Amino acid sequence: MKNKKKFFNADLSQLAIPLIAIALLFIFNIFRDISFFSIGVTTNNDGNLVLTGNLISIINGASELAVLAMGMTLVTAACGGQDISVGAAAAIAGSVFVKVLKSSPSINGGTVILAFLCSCVVAIIFGSFNGSLVAVFKIQPMIATLILYTCGRSIAYWINGGATPTVESPIISAWGSYIPGIPVPTPVLIVIIVAILFKLVFRFTSLELLTQSVGINGSAARLNGINTTFIKLLSFIILGLCVAVAGSIGVSRLGLINHETLLLDVEMDAILAVAIGGNNLGGGKFKISGSIIGAYVIQMLTITLYAMKVSSTDVKAYKAIVIIILVVIGSPVVKSKFSKFMGQIRSKKIEASEKGAAKA
Amino acid sequence: MQEDCLLKLTGIEKRFPGVLALHNVDFTLRKGEIHALMGENGAGKSTLIKILTGVYPMDKGTVTVEGQVVHIGSPQDAQNNGISTVYQEITLCPNLTVAENMFIGRDNAAFVKQKDYEKRADEILKSLQIPAGAKKQLGNCSLAVQQMVAIARAVDMQCKVLILDEPTSSLDDKEVNMLFSLMRDLRERGVGIVFVTHFLEQVYEVCDRITVLRNGELVGEYLVQDLPQVQLVAKMMGKELDELNNLSDTEEKKHKTGDVLYEAENLSSSDALPFDFSIRKGEVNGFTGLLGSGRSESVRAIFGADKVNGGTVKIKGKPVKITKPIDAMKNGIGYLAEDRKRDGIIADLSVRENIILALQVMNGFFKPISRSESEAFADEYIKALNIKTASRETPIGSLSGGNQQKVLLARWLLTHPEYLILDEPTRGIDVGTKLEIQKLVLKLAEDDVSVTFISSEVEEMLRTCSRLIVMRDRHIVGELKGSDLNQAQVMKTIAGGEAKNEE
Repeated sequence: MKNKKKFFNADLSQLAIPLIAIALLFIFNIFRDISFFSIGVTTNNDGNLVLTGNLISIINGASELAVLAMGMTLVTAACGGQDISVGAAAAIAGSVFVKVLKSSPSINGGTVILAFLCSCVVAIIFGSFNGSLVAVFKIQPMIATLILYTCGRSIAYWINGGATPTVESPIISAWGSYIPGIPVPTPVLIVIIVAILFKLVFRFTSLELLTQSVGINGSAARLNGINTTFIKLLSFIILGLCVAVAGSIGVSRLGLINHETLLLDVEMDAILAVAIGGNNLGGGKFKISGSIIGAYVIQMLTITLYAMKVSSTDVKAYKAIVIIILVVIGSPVVKSKFSKFMGQIRSKKIEASEKGAAKA
Repeated sequence: MQEDCLLKLTGIEKRFPGVLALHNVDFTLRKGEIHALMGENGAGKSTLIKILTGVYPMDKGTVTVEGQVVHIGSPQDAQNNGISTVYQEITLCPNLTVAENMFIGRDNAAFVKQKDYEKRADEILKSLQIPAGAKKQLGNCSLAVQQMVAIARAVDMQCKVLILDEPTSSLDDKEVNMLFSLMRDLRERGVGIVFVTHFLEQVYEVCDRITVLRNGELVGEYLVQDLPQVQLVAKMMGKELDELNNLSDTEEKKHKTGDVLYEAENLSSSDALPFDFSIRKGEVNGFTGLLGSGRSESVRAIFGADKVNGGTVKIKGKPVKITKPIDAMKNGIGYLAEDRKRDGIIADLSVRENIILALQVMNGFFKPISRSESEAFADEYIKALNIKTASRETPIGSLSGGNQQKVLLARWLLTHPEYLILDEPTRGIDVGTKLEIQKLVLKLAEDDVSVTFISSEVEEMLRTCSRLIVMRDRHIVGELKGSDLNQAQVMKTIAGGEAKNEE
């Protein structure tokens, strides 16, 4: 019993910041306008019954970000740095996805799967490129991925010859918006599936322990027989898969690929989600769940601001203010001050109670 | 005599949580002398230097510079009092020029007077006979020259006391000679030099006096000519030689030993010179020698911890290839690394995760140890080794040194090794745990596990090992067995044996 409680506490301390952030956003919205949370059921253009409302658009809109944040968490943990090329890589993966669909005579289940697999392969290749720069050549992740960040959208441009082709198919719209008969947006389901896949990988491999060991103390990890290069490379490959998933969602939402705007600046939000999730950006211990909540915090913040009629040009500034507060609260300096403060209060309480006892 | 006294430390005491690092230590440095500060690891040398340079505050004691009591609260204070330090790793900026490095951060001028600096730098370098041009980029100079530039910087800052912390460890013989002539030159100018090194020969080559520390206490201050090398070793290790002769170890060692388990011929790595080595089943042997003698480098080569360059290795008579740690682990070898913090613990992970780590790696990527299994392992070893931890989920970083070491031992024991290498398993841990670890080593040997045990404390090794391999300056200089296993013999061999594995 005692053990269980401790374990719970340890778990919670890392998730404290994202949970508090999301709770504050909820409370703020309750006082601002309770109707923010109303969920309705309407019929969409395809004649399906679907759920609507701010909450739905928050969890739906954050899907790509959540998927990328999961992969980013792993890279951060293993390499102690971040991949800033995920947006550009997603544009490449999305372009490949569309290219394969476009070049097949008809779009059916098989071709969509084929297109998705092709985009996965391409994303893995680019992930391995980044990964080997980091793991083999020991280049700092941000510098290594700067290369793909710079040239990625140009590569995406070449794949479809500069056009922004559209793909129309019920399968694609089911992937990007709703599957007939299911009122929950498909991207939300995809996030759940990816999260479960991560959970299964952690359950059936030793990836979690090895990644954390490499991130915390690479030298000790190596002396315990861990192939640190492989673990780092693997984290980039897994992030590559996440990129392919996010790219396919992004393309399917609109039914077209725009290499310039697809998931633009998403890398910064993904890194932010990892940070808000209480993960150390210097690597080491990590919690995927924290990053997922982090992604939803970011999206909820954006939607809240929109609901407050903040113009889209101002949103970024307000977002920045909230985020700086979150990050400062989560910083080690504030954390240690806080725990010291709590310790003082506790010892004062004990003193007071001892005095009371002495008097009695 | 008293006027000559440049720097005087009296009654220095420094306490770290749980350890008394320095206790009532005196140290006197006179004008124009080179004074060696000697002691094995953990003796308190670096703590003393850090107090002197203002990195650590001292708890008790006084520091006087030229008869004036001074307070050194920060590295800046130390510098203002004329105390400069040159560390083993160069702390200058390799991408700046020699001149810039000599003057950077020393005045608050808004504009850098490049020409002036270069002119002055050239003058100083010339007067000290340092072969470096002021305009050259520091990173392009050899390590020795970089070190000399650091010294020149200190000299130009009117330093009276120059502390050289292991300056020679990465220099070759020629460079060492260059450095020594610079040191002698500075001595002529009246600078007092504190010289910290692990190379005994160098002490006798260049120093005037020796102060020996041991376990945070002052052993004594000696003139170099009064203290022969053997006695210096004895003082550093903690027994008077005469006393040792009387106390020759008569304890019977009844290790039963079996067939040869591990055999290496001409094994060498990026850090270890070629050497031969073998160990039998159930045997406990040890590598001894002072720090820097190559004992750790040799066992690291056995485990494949550094880049293995050559040699043949046989296990149970069968040739095997061990080039990286996982190869060694799969062949039943475990290695407890010398530097617990850097190469051992995964600080943020729990005791449980730290215990299962090596076994998990050996099991492979797709065979994770389940939560309940790992909890059972952790509980078993926490109990068996009497590890004091709040719970098995406590991060290992918050445990005491001794308990961290026990967790690491548990990690290797869990892999059921046939051959376990323990590099300084007892360093920096309390006496009780030390004894427990020694007992454990003997018990392992009874269970037919071969153990290589390395310790800076010779007594400990004499108590546990049936064979000692003695190293000096990266060469094996002797092998002691049976009646030769006593402190006096070990020290004689360390101080004056002939090298057996020539380059």
